Amino acid sequence: MLHSFSSKIIGIITLLFLVALLIFCSLAMGQTSISFSLALEVLTQYNPENPDHLIIATSRLARATIALTVGIALAIAGTLIQTLTRNPLASPDLLGINAGAIFFIVFAITWLNLQSLTQYMWFGFLGAAVAGLGVFFLSSLGRDGLTPIKVILAGTALSALFISFTQGMLVIDEQSIQTVLFWISGSIAGRDLNMLFAVLPFLVTAIIISLFIGKAMNIFGSGDDVAKSLGQNVGLLKIIMGVLIIILAGGSVAVVGSVGFIGLIVPHIAKGLVGTDYRWTLPFSALLGAALLIGADILARFLISPMEVPIGVMTALIGGPFFIYLAKKGVSKQ
Amino acid sequence: MKYWTFRMLKEKVSFQITKGWMQVFSIGLLLLIAFFILSLSSGSNWISPTQVFMQLSNMTDEHAFVIETLRLPRTLLAVLVGSALGISGLILQSIVRNPLASPDIIGITSGASFGAVLFISVGTGVVSMSLLPFAAISGGLITATFIYLISWNKGVTPIRLVLIGIGISAILKAGVTFLLVFSDTYVVSKAYIWLTGSLYAATWNDVTSLFWWIMIPLPILIILGRSMNVTELGDDVAISMGIKLQWQRLVFLGCAVILAASSAAYVGGIEFVGLMAPHLARRLVGKSFLGLIPITGIIGALLVVIADLIARTMFLPLDIPAGVFTAAIGAPFFIYLLYRNRNR
Repeated sequence: MLHSFSSKIIGIITLLFLVALLIFCSLAMGQTSISFSLALEVLTQYNPENPDHLIIATSRLARATIALTVGIALAIAGTLIQTLTRNPLASPDLLGINAGAIFFIVFAITWLNLQSLTQYMWFGFLGAAVAGLGVFFLSSLGRDGLTPIKVILAGTALSALFISFTQGMLVIDEQSIQTVLFWISGSIAGRDLNMLFAVLPFLVTAIIISLFIGKAMNIFGSGDDVAKSLGQNVGLLKIIMGVLIIILAGGSVAVVGSVGFIGLIVPHIAKGLVGTDYRWTLPFSALLGAALLIGADILARFLISPMEVPIGVMTALIGGPFFIYLAKKGVSKQ
Repeated sequence: MKYWTFRMLKEKVSFQITKGWMQVFSIGLLLLIAFFILSLSSGSNWISPTQVFMQLSNMTDEHAFVIETLRLPRTLLAVLVGSALGISGLILQSIVRNPLASPDIIGITSGASFGAVLFISVGTGVVSMSLLPFAAISGGLITATFIYLISWNKGVTPIRLVLIGIGISAILKAGVTFLLVFSDTYVVSKAYIWLTGSLYAATWNDVTSLFWWIMIPLPILIILGRSMNVTELGDDVAISMGIKLQWQRLVFLGCAVILAASSAAYVGGIEFVGLMAPHLARRLVGKSFLGLIPITGIIGALLVVIADLIARTMFLPLDIPAGVFTAAIGAPFFIYLLYRNRNR
């Protein structure tokens, strides 16, 4: 664990380098291998005549940018949600927030015939909000409040509901299955940068705000009662965190579909590195999330080349075992 | 309350039947028969119940195709699937001692789905599709074994079983998506309809084979059922009563898996029936495990028959998967359960 201030700073700088390196790999590696120097060249002197430049500018740059943003957004959403629900097993996908956003977006596509990206985004937010509030409300019922098992069960049930409605709509409207399916399963290939740009202002604002509430989260982390007696407006903080989670998770789903488990794994790694001081955990989570998603995206290109694994499948294959490990460890401790 | 006690096979099998139980049982059965006939009558063209009776008793042959080839196998399959899922849920809830467990939530259904989709995507055109149930059942069994083994740590605790099931289920769902994304459109739409849980195109073959699959675990349940009543009092009590707890858990889990996976094999993922049926049954007739089995079966059958009836008549000419409707009723029900159990 990184204890001293300077080691934490060094940690951040190392991670920044790692993310930068991965972005370069993401630009250079793939079906057509392009040299690193050429990848650099695109950024400095772009030449549309050169096919390699074209590949990077039209497809890989978009992927790297999307992976970077969504990775950060999901990791922060995960950290917030684990703090808010005081549950190490929480993440936007396990709590049904992704499924809710997907249901609303598919509904918008198949029934309302909406085409514009901004409209998808708003439906994504709406779905995330409905699912998030639903789970939060359901699992906080009762005397013992939000117990991990209740949160997970409520999330699983709501997910099942939304998924089965989504499936129902897709069965009725067979034409959209293929297009929607690839998007549902979480993919950052072939995504338009415009989609990201529609959501970007929201995501960036939410990310910046989250980086500033670290101190308040530290106090909140010591328990509702303690936080209240220290003069914290716990209710307000909860609402802020909830809104941030909805924007981060709903916005990410609108761009890439359901990419799970980033929000589950990353906060644990970050806490392993710097402990539960959220002023540090949040930036570490953000960078780790970006690194993990960009890395998974690079790996997804090579696993079954020439085809690509949807990124959501990749993260589930990495994250599922991690969840099992946590469940095993966490439960045997009780 | 008046009750009768039955002891059979040198007292290996024993149970009590109360008057209340008899009432619930007969009302349930009557309701099921009513909906069964309604289901045979309705569809794209309405056949009056009297006509249905005449057809069934071979007095007329006017509607032979519609009733005997299309609607009868479909409705029978709905009955079988519903009772299998309901009983499977009953077993799981008793093992886990948590009212929120059900085969779809703890991952057995995803295992079966994965097996089936793998079979559809790899096997289409290579092997006969009639082997699909075996793929689904082995998927369910392998998954359940896996969940059980991973949860094992000097015995299996219910909560660990649920959580690890959810984890495994997430991995398997990713696997299903992976397979779907790489298959042809034809395979995808086929697999998709299957996944959502549709009784569309049920055949007599499906009905008879599912019937035999259900017959495997039933005798085991009847013989071992009474020990479940004791187990529900808690691990310590059960052990001190001389029950081999881990062994019993394994056998019951096996039965639950066969029931859930075989019905998933024939109709796909019909969710939430395994959750709802046992609850309703418990509300009606109390806690005796053996008494609950038939009631749960009837309620499960009712749920699926009604869901399928709505699914295939409400949006004519579309035939919507029944799974959508069981989820539509089931999820709010689940929420209600969470609310009711809020202080537990």
